[in-house]
Amino acid sequence: MAVSILKQGDYLIASVQSALTDTEVIELRDALLAQVAKHRSRGVIVDVAALDIIDSFAARSLTTVARTNRLRGAKTVIVGIQPEVAVAMSQFGLRLDSAYIALDLEAGIQLLTA
Amino acid sequence: MSEEIRVPIESDADTVIARQVGRDVALRLGFTRTDATFIATAISEIARNITVHAGAGEMIVRELNEDDRTGLAVIAQDEGPGIADVAAVMREDYRSNLGLGMGIWGAMRLMDEVDITSRPGGGTTVTMKKWCGFDEVAAFLDHGT
Repeated sequence: MAVSILKQGDYLIASVQSALTDTEVIELRDALLAQVAKHRSRGVIVDVAALDIIDSFAARSLTTVARTNRLRGAKTVIVGIQPEVAVAMSQFGLRLDSAYIALDLEAGIQLLTA
Repeated sequence: MSEEIRVPIESDADTVIARQVGRDVALRLGFTRTDATFIATAISEIARNITVHAGAGEMIVRELNEDDRTGLAVIAQDEGPGIADVAAVMREDYRSNLGLGMGIWGAMRLMDEVDITSRPGGGTTVTMKKWCGFDEVAAFLDHGT
């Protein structure tokens, strides 16, 4: 999968390495949920800077991760949304409910550890 | 010579190729990076409709030259089950039983023109256009409230 997931203390950091197919988006969703449960993580950062687009399917999958984690007491922080991707999501009307958003990895870590 | 690229859509990996082709052609034609991302996102939504509902199909990315303007057309064709009520799927509140109804709606918001031709059992053709340098401020002042 074009995603790496690292454990860092109480948190997980997932980095998307390239554009993802829908199948890979589902694999990312399931891997994040499984790893958060396995490590009893308090939060997960998902770096999506490498994503060429975030369409309805990707947005729905990320929202599922955020909602599920929230029910388990873990925070989900989406970082690195490219400016053009953000404009397209806004025009489309897509939101990432239940997820925290930060500009980049550093800001995401600050948000989780604050 | 107008540019035209055909991408067979048989799996979600082909969808990634189609949206990269759409982005590349858009940038070559002079679209902004934001508009190219709008086009790639719309392609992703419409290609998903092909793989989910029809199984396979084709996307054509074509340069448009009309009067003094340049644009890009995306034509998505399949031989799938078709759509009985095209007007219904273009309504904002439409959701298919697979929860995928947002696709057409998103494409309509991201592209300048979207047209659907379909009939039950006869396949579906979705034609989407976006014009280069389309002045959204002027359009808003003309039609907005």
